[in-house]
Amino acid sequence: MPQTLKACTSPPDPMAPRMTPVTRFIRESEDVFTLDLAPERATPFAPGQFNMLYAFGVGEIPISISGDSQAPERLTHTIRAVGPVSAALGRLKAGGRVGLRGPFGVGWPVDAYKGFDVVLIAGGIGLAPLRPVIYWLLRHRAAYGRIGVLYGARAPDDLIFRSELEAWRRTPDFQLRVAVERAGPDWTGDVGYVTPLLSKLRFDPRDAVAMICGPEVMIRATALALEDAGVADSRIFVSMERNMKCAIGHCGHCQFGPLFVCKDGPVHSYDRVRNLLAYREL
Amino acid sequence: MKDIADLVRHHPFAEGLDEDTLALVAGCAKNVVLQPGDYFFREGAAADSFYLVRHGAVALETFVPGRGTFTFLTVKSGEILGADWLIPPYRSSFDARAIELTRAIAFDGKCLRGKCEADPRVGYEMMKRFIPPLVKRLQSARMQALGMYDAADA
Repeated sequence: MPQTLKACTSPPDPMAPRMTPVTRFIRESEDVFTLDLAPERATPFAPGQFNMLYAFGVGEIPISISGDSQAPERLTHTIRAVGPVSAALGRLKAGGRVGLRGPFGVGWPVDAYKGFDVVLIAGGIGLAPLRPVIYWLLRHRAAYGRIGVLYGARAPDDLIFRSELEAWRRTPDFQLRVAVERAGPDWTGDVGYVTPLLSKLRFDPRDAVAMICGPEVMIRATALALEDAGVADSRIFVSMERNMKCAIGHCGHCQFGPLFVCKDGPVHSYDRVRNLLAYREL
Repeated sequence: MKDIADLVRHHPFAEGLDEDTLALVAGCAKNVVLQPGDYFFREGAAADSFYLVRHGAVALETFVPGRGTFTFLTVKSGEILGADWLIPPYRSSFDARAIELTRAIAFDGKCLRGKCEADPRVGYEMMKRFIPPLVKRLQSARMQALGMYDAADA
């Protein structure tokens, strides 16, 4: 019987970065920028998942995907330049290259809550991981109840995705409130902390799912405010940030009690992590 | 046409307030309308009033020499405006500027303080309505002071 040689294939090594070109650089604010990447082949991802981006010669960091999950031929990441790796990524321009691994992690449960009211609360750069959810909700608008988005930032100059904020503000059946911590006299929007704006959104807490992304202090305060409003803790989802290195649950850098943030998260239901959030040692 | 007691009754501040107390406090109130750019009160001036905002938006501001005017809180429909009328020396700590056409109920602080002194039950009703929003604003101010959106990154 003639034998044929079969091509020897193995699954891609999740630890091996793929050289990926940058196709667009967008300056969002003084310290925040967006990179569009064109992976070799379409890379399906779920809203809330993240990639590891490697700035050659500097290091690798986890960055949530901020683009449209229905357009997987382009991977978009929005990054605040505050450390050496993110600063190096911020020096890239169209035509530059990054090392890409991913996507990794568990995303937002957008599919599981069709028919529910949806409340999104973002603080600072936390709007980036929630933007894919907004794209998803707008594409599947009829499948959901009322939609409300709260977004808090330091100052008007720090707002990201400004043209989209304006477009969302004009979108029917879409509640958007933006609050900044301080503003000049030209700003006519909300000034103050973002959490109290929950009372301004119209939604049925008994029939609502909430997703929060931002600083952990904000997550804790906002989750409690949602509970006070009547949203069950099992329907509050939070995106955690921890020191992710391998992104596949092997190295343990991102261990958070019994969880690995990279593998079991970054999105967790609040009932699963609320007690862990109280431990300062974690 | 609604009288001033009706206007007070329909503001969230008056939720659960009995009719006698409502009529009593409404005796210290009047209706006001401010155009965008008008000031409810100015920093350092006598704090002789507080306001229930019915419609519109008000910026609480302060001026920082060399940097300009900063808004640190906006007060909108259904909220209260002004707390300095509660404590001596009854002096406004900040500017309060209407940033859109704003309709509000203005209370004479001295009149209301007098009624609270005369009848502690009225004073307690007022305190129950003032303390929660003031505590929430204090909590928010602490969060803002922490600058939490400046989270660390790699």
